[in-house]
Amino acid sequence: MIRRLLALIRKEMLQVVRDPASIVIALVLPVVLLLLFGYGVSLDARHVTLAVVVPQPSSRTSSLTAAFANSPYFDVTQLRDRQSAEDGLVSGRWRGAVLVADDFDAQVGKGAEAPIQVLLDGTDANTARLVRFYAEGVWGKWLEQEALDAGQHLVVPVNAEMRVWFNPALESRNFLVPGLIAINMTLVGTILTALVVAREWERGTMEAMIATPVGRFELLAGKLVPYFLLGMGGMALSVMIASWLFHVPLRGSLWVLALISALFLAGALNMGLLISTIAKNQFVAGQVAIVSAFLPAFMLSGFVFEPSSMPGWIEALSHVVAARYFVTCLQTIFMAGDVWSVLLPNGAALALIAAILAGLTLRRTRKSLE
Amino acid sequence: MWGRIRALVIKEILAVWRDRKSRFVLIVPPLIQLAVFSYAATYDVTDVTVALFSQDQGLAARELVARIQGSPTFAKLQVVDSEQALVDAIDSRSAMAALRIPADFSRRVEAGSGASVQVILDGRRSNTAQIAAGYLTSIILDHNASLARAPLPVLVTRVWFNPNLESLWVVVPALVGLLTQVVALVVTGLSVARERELGTFEQLLVTPLRPWEIVLGKTLPALLIGLGEGSIIVAASQLWFRVPLTGSVALLYLSLAVFLLCIIGVGLFISALSATQQQAIMGAFLFLVPAVILSGFATPVQNMPDWLQTATLVNPMRHFLVLLWGLFLKDLPAALVWHSLWPMAVVAAVTLTGAAWLFRRRMY
Repeated sequence: MIRRLLALIRKEMLQVVRDPASIVIALVLPVVLLLLFGYGVSLDARHVTLAVVVPQPSSRTSSLTAAFANSPYFDVTQLRDRQSAEDGLVSGRWRGAVLVADDFDAQVGKGAEAPIQVLLDGTDANTARLVRFYAEGVWGKWLEQEALDAGQHLVVPVNAEMRVWFNPALESRNFLVPGLIAINMTLVGTILTALVVAREWERGTMEAMIATPVGRFELLAGKLVPYFLLGMGGMALSVMIASWLFHVPLRGSLWVLALISALFLAGALNMGLLISTIAKNQFVAGQVAIVSAFLPAFMLSGFVFEPSSMPGWIEALSHVVAARYFVTCLQTIFMAGDVWSVLLPNGAALALIAAILAGLTLRRTRKSLE
Repeated sequence: MWGRIRALVIKEILAVWRDRKSRFVLIVPPLIQLAVFSYAATYDVTDVTVALFSQDQGLAARELVARIQGSPTFAKLQVVDSEQALVDAIDSRSAMAALRIPADFSRRVEAGSGASVQVILDGRRSNTAQIAAGYLTSIILDHNASLARAPLPVLVTRVWFNPNLESLWVVVPALVGLLTQVVALVVTGLSVARERELGTFEQLLVTPLRPWEIVLGKTLPALLIGLGEGSIIVAASQLWFRVPLTGSVALLYLSLAVFLLCIIGVGLFISALSATQQQAIMGAFLFLVPAVILSGFATPVQNMPDWLQTATLVNPMRHFLVLLWGLFLKDLPAALVWHSLWPMAVVAAVTLTGAAWLFRRRMY
């Protein structure tokens, strides 16, 4: 039986090596995607275009404009009239506008409200939220500086000191790239097997296999092993790009990373096999793979969108998405290290999902033509 | 001639519609995606668990804690009693942020000499953590205002177009682009490749139909399917999600049609290039993923490096998202609609002509 299995694996390996399409999917696709995403996906709101409208310039308004301009978060343009700032907000030229009151000099220091108003573009809710906090920070600093210049010492009753662990510079790339690796692996694992095996059903070569004395377990194992190796190769390439090109810290150990990736890949490959055995046609298999594996991995894994902020029923749904556990593990292994309180439960969930999918695939694969 | 095209269109629609599985794939997944993604794609930050390590039992510390507990963002407060427990709470991801109140906090607040608290964030989720920290800071600022003898003037912020920063208002319009793109691409991307695999494409080429007539015959059904699906999503956005539609509906449909033509052109182009369905699916994927990622759907285009921002100008979805958000939320004037419409029209013209040219060439 072992010999038969080895022969099968050899046959599948040859098939993979001779089919450039699967090599492209497994090795080239992850690299291209990671490069594209690593540069393209960023949540860091820096150089936010900001219009500062100053109807009556004075030395105090220019020190305020300078305070906004000196912030690394803003690219400031000074305007005289309010209308052009508002038009620019509609056209998307500015992502925010600071309106300084006509009588700014007279008003500042009096009243409970600042004599400036911040307008934000709510069509990009995340940036709007960040910009609001950055603007508050600039305003607070400016008030403090003004008080100092006037010879007073401003006592802030409670001061909050921020410490960001694992990612002190708040680089969104450091947590997005590990998430992207998970998405890439979903893509490679599921789509690769779903399409390849569906094609065999379409072409009838699966029937030829059924006619041989090979058992269904051997049939599946023979399919899984070569694609598993291919997928792990893609994973290794992705990790190299992440650490060498994007300088994402890798604080955990490599063997933990390899083990967790192997568990995830086993689940993803089985998912692909399951899809292809049910669909038996590339059109449907491709669609189902995208809808059931790629899109949930993108939306529900916590890669950009935080599951705990979603409505309860969606958060519950995200628990059956293997990528969610994988993203959590990868972010921890890369940025924090081998934190067992995270890795053990999430790794167990990955193992459970892989086992369930393997069981389902084994049950669905019948050596018959129905 | 029109009769020939009509016959081809009817044949194409029947080819998609008569196969039970293809029909299923066109109808059910987009609806599920609409339901799930509109709620899942959220940048809202709610129900954050904060670990609290207070070394001070004074009144001022308890007042601050009560203020944080009263905020809807911070639903859960996890009280820890040692430095190590605080580290564990962050490490194990059970808390996203932690607040440490030092032992001299109340004493310093009462003496008016300025106290400080430490806010620790989990950088593994730095975006969410940053926003949670922003809310924490706002709470502390409010608290300061209530403590200070001469309160500091607070900054007033107004958010236009989406005053409550509702994620749904941003996501649902974007889904009009995302979901119609997937359907249009799949329908066209696979149609020619499947015919080629089955050998029926050659039969089509020996009919009196000219290449551009074949392109038209393949384009119209996909356009109809895409417009139909877009209408369903727009209807859902009004009836179920209650997203305001401030702009002109006619301009919205015009933009959708031009956008769909771009995608159909790309789909036919991929289809003409690939010999098998597998290659077509791969090609569709290789287009779809970057097109979505670099569109501004999940992360803003303005955050990308400049060279990549320039590259995204050829991405139809980037322009369409500007139009969708503009027409839904900003009541975008026609002049600005045109500004984003013409780049898509150019992409559509190039890809559709390219596909027609490839259909001819592939035969020889």
